[in-house]
Amino acid sequence: MAEWSGYLTLILQGALVTVQLTLMGSALALVVAFLAGLGRIAPWGPLRWLATAYIEFFRGTSIFVQLFWVYFVLPFAGASLSPLAAGVLALGLNVGAYGAEVVRGAVLSVPRDQREATVALNLTPYQRMRHVILPQALPLMLPTFGNNAIELLKATAVVSLISLTDMTFQAQVVRAQTGSTLVPFLTILVLYFLMALAISAGVRAFERRLTAGLDGVR
Amino acid sequence: MDWDWGFVAEIMPTLLQGLKLTLIVTLLSAAVAAVLGLGLAIARRSANRYVARPVAFVVEFIRGTPLLVQLYFIFYVLPDAGILLPPLVAGVIGMGLHYATYTAEVYRAGIENVPKGQWEAARATNLTMRQTWVHVVVPQAVPPMIPALANYLIAMFKETPLLSAITVLELMNQAKSVANSSYRYIEPMTLVGAFFLAMSLASVVILRWLERRYGRLGT
Repeated sequence: MAEWSGYLTLILQGALVTVQLTLMGSALALVVAFLAGLGRIAPWGPLRWLATAYIEFFRGTSIFVQLFWVYFVLPFAGASLSPLAAGVLALGLNVGAYGAEVVRGAVLSVPRDQREATVALNLTPYQRMRHVILPQALPLMLPTFGNNAIELLKATAVVSLISLTDMTFQAQVVRAQTGSTLVPFLTILVLYFLMALAISAGVRAFERRLTAGLDGVR
Repeated sequence: MDWDWGFVAEIMPTLLQGLKLTLIVTLLSAAVAAVLGLGLAIARRSANRYVARPVAFVVEFIRGTPLLVQLYFIFYVLPDAGILLPPLVAGVIGMGLHYATYTAEVYRAGIENVPKGQWEAARATNLTMRQTWVHVVVPQAVPPMIPALANYLIAMFKETPLLSAITVLELMNQAKSVANSSYRYIEPMTLVGAFFLAMSLASVVILRWLERRYGRLGT
C-alpha cells in the first residue's frame, strides 16, 4: 500500500503537467483562433488567404503528425524545441485552427443590421468589433470553445509519445515498473474525465456570467 | 535542411504499404463506429431509465477521455483479463468505440430532426413500428446525417497515427521505423504530413459536395 501512494504521487505529478499543458495550449489556441478567425473575414485578400491556408493545413493533419513534425523535423532546420514547447506549440496551433472557424462563424452570425448600425454611427473598425460585434458573438463561441478545450485536454495524452512526462507517460512508467495495468490506466482515465467535467462546468459558469445582461436582447 | 529525392523514392514503397493499412483500419473502425453508434443512440433513447442513464454516462466518459489512453487500456488491460487481442483488432475496437460515441450524437440529432407530426401521422395511419421506421423516419433522418458522418470518417482517418502507439504498422509507424533506422526524419515525417493533408483536402471537397447534395443537420 505504501508503494501505491508513491506511484499515485507519480501520476499526480503527471496530472500537473497535463493541466499545465492544457492551460498553456488553450491560451495559445485562444489567441491564434481570434487572429486566424478574424483574419479569415478581413477585408484584405492576402491576410484572408494566409488565414485560410493556416486553418486548412492544421485541420488537414492530426495533432499527432504535427507534434512529431515539430519535434523531429524542426531541429534539422535549426529550431530545437524542448518537449514542453513543442507540445504547447503543436496543441495550440492545432486547436487554434478549429477555434478560428468558431470565431468566424460566430462573428458572421451577428445580424447584419448591427454591423450597418455601427457604420451609420461612424464607429471605427476597432470600436465596431470591441463594443458591438464581439460582445454579441462571444456567448455564441463559448460552448464550442469549451468542447475544443476538452479536445485539447484529450490531445495532451499524445505528448507522452515525445517523452514529456504527462499523466499518460507516468501511467506507462507505473505499468512498466509494477506490471499492473488496470490500476494506473483506470486512475488516469478517471482523472482525465474529472478534468473534462471541470472544464465544461467552468465554461458553463463563464457563459452564465457573460450572458447575464443579454436576456431580453437575444 | 536538405531534401533528398533519392531517399524519398527509396522509402515510398514502405510508406505506401503503411498507407494501405491506414485505409483498412479507417474503414473497419468506421464500420464499427457506424453500427455501435446506432446501438448507443437507440439505447440512450430508451424509455427505461436504467438503460438510458448508464449508457449516457458511458458515452460521456468515453468522450471525455483521450483515445490514446483508451487504446492502452484495451491493449494492456484486457490481456490481463484473459482477452488477448492482436494490435490491429485492439486498435479497430478502440477507434470504433471512441467514434461510436460521436456518431451516436449524429444519429440522435438526425432522428430528433424528424418533425413530431411525422410520427403522429404514422400512428394516425395505423403504421406498425417497423413501417414507421422503415418508410417514414429513416428516409427523412438519414440524408442530413451523411455529411456529419463523413466528417467523422475524415476525423478517424486523421487519428489513425495514434495506433502506432500500440504497435500497429500503419503509415506513421512505418515512417517512424524508416526514420529511426536511417536517422533521416525530414523526408518520412514530411511525407506522412503531406499524405494526410492531400487526402484531407480531397475529402473536404467531397464533404462540401455531400453537404450541397443532402443538406446539413442544424447543429
